[in-house]
Amino acid sequence: MKNTLQSPYSQWMDDDAPETDVVISSRARLARSLAGYPFPHRLSPEQAEQVIQAAGLAVRHAEFRARFGDVELTRMTELSPVDRWILVEKHLVSPGFLKNTGKSFECKGLVLTPDERLSIMVNEEDHLRVQCLLPGLQLEAAAGTADEADSLLEKTLDFAFSDRIGYLTACPTNVGTGLRTSVMVHLPALVLLGQVKEALTTVSRLGLTVRGLFGEGTDVVGNLFQVSNQVTLGHREFEIIDNLASVTRQVIEQERSARQQLVRQMPVVLRDRVGRALGILKHAHTLGMEEAMRLISDVRLGVTAGLLKGPPSRVLLELMVITRPSYLVKTSGRELSPPEWDELRATLVRNLVNAHSGGDPEKRDGPEEGEEGGESP
Amino acid sequence: MICERCKQQPASVHYTEVINNQKRQMYLCPGCAEEAQRAFDLGAPLNLHNLLAGLMGPGAAKELPEKETEFRCETCGLAGAAFGQSGLLGCGGCYQYFGERLEALLKRIHGSTRHTGKVPQRSRNKYLLIQEVDRLRAQMREAVENEEFERAAALRDAIRDLQQRLA
Ligand SMILES: [Zn+2]
Ligand SMILES: [Zn+2]
Repeated sequence: MKNTLQSPYSQWMDDDAPETDVVISSRARLARSLAGYPFPHRLSPEQAEQVIQAAGLAVRHAEFRARFGDVELTRMTELSPVDRWILVEKHLVSPGFLKNTGKSFECKGLVLTPDERLSIMVNEEDHLRVQCLLPGLQLEAAAGTADEADSLLEKTLDFAFSDRIGYLTACPTNVGTGLRTSVMVHLPALVLLGQVKEALTTVSRLGLTVRGLFGEGTDVVGNLFQVSNQVTLGHREFEIIDNLASVTRQVIEQERSARQQLVRQMPVVLRDRVGRALGILKHAHTLGMEEAMRLISDVRLGVTAGLLKGPPSRVLLELMVITRPSYLVKTSGRELSPPEWDELRATLVRNLVNAHSGGDPEKRDGPEEGEEGGESP
Repeated sequence: MICERCKQQPASVHYTEVINNQKRQMYLCPGCAEEAQRAFDLGAPLNLHNLLAGLMGPGAAKELPEKETEFRCETCGLAGAAFGQSGLLGCGGCYQYFGERLEALLKRIHGSTRHTGKVPQRSRNKYLLIQEVDRLRAQMREAVENEEFERAAALRDAIRDLQQRLA
């Protein structure tokens, strides 16, 4: 857990995975309830404590540890508010999980494996939310890992299950398989061409939900979208996974052809845009969050379209975490005023970008990387 | 070239607007392109609240005090109105007590009311028996329709047998 909070890097940012030019990460999440207990929002403090104790017991089971390593269960109250938000920004817990609802907050916990691939939220909307997050398009592997964890937990825990409607969950939208799978996709070219709405409307007609990054209701930052299944009951797990995977493959094709179209139709405009973005990230001394996210998205487009020799995709995702307020507060160790935020953000971004672009920018401020990196016709 | 929207900034972005399948190409400045992009709406997510309000009876979603006469889960005491407000059930038992009304809701959310996926190890034998009972029931109905009464009677006995094992 300590490492998780110190470093902005997570395994899901790895670019040595399938289709990372478009798909950032794949996630599978299983909702599970313990039989004989009310759902978390109706638990007494004593019952909530029993649930978290039971979860701790289950992950200490020898077989669970043999498969997933030395997992720890950390209560949210053991962490500072800043550290809790870092977990959200690394997509390890949901924003709703941090809502402090008095007594029950003491019984909210997170189980995390050393490689951060598997996590279990305890006493969220359901007693257990088992989640596997992997880089690139790896839905089957993610769902397989979550399923393995579920089967091992079952050796200790008795889950609420109905023969007719499957796994019982607090919200009827999760009942049945309790399985929510999702992919995070980066669609800068479709957005630039104004085709993203069209593409995503089609997706939403296929029983899938599309959201902007960092939850519902917020602006879409960095051209990142999350696509997930809406239906959890009446289909088998593999059908849910196959459906999302095949729709994701279509979105990947659309984004790739949009990138090619942009390179073909307006090479100069595009090169200029991505090159400027990298230039600003390398040299700016103040950066707002939205601006930073937009520029990082542009550079990622340039790098993946082969127009730019910039930091690898992995580093760009790390940058997206660095630019978030909680990470900044964590780094500075004190409250910051907005101008100080923008300055610290620019410094952190500059350091990381320059460390991964080769060469000290102060010494070679002349013609930029974009020139040398452009290999496409 | 000047941005077609604000007519002030230099344009550098091609923007395609699609309204009712009518495509319109525009050449915009980055600022206007971003604004256009922000106006893009992600499509209304499924509104559970509205669904619940409609299904859990008139006024169920309004701030009604939990009335004695109202329908409640016998296990956890959750009332229909509370469910209508939060969209969350109180316990696993609620699924049984809210039975029919919930079934209509599940049908609307999932298009189905029947789980076909993973079964926990503990429940696996029971689950298989229940599926077998369902299968035999369908066969029995078929036998009755075909007036094969002897076969129907045999099936009825087999079902009774299985149900005793389930109890
Ligand atoms: Zn303009
Ligand atoms: Zn109940």
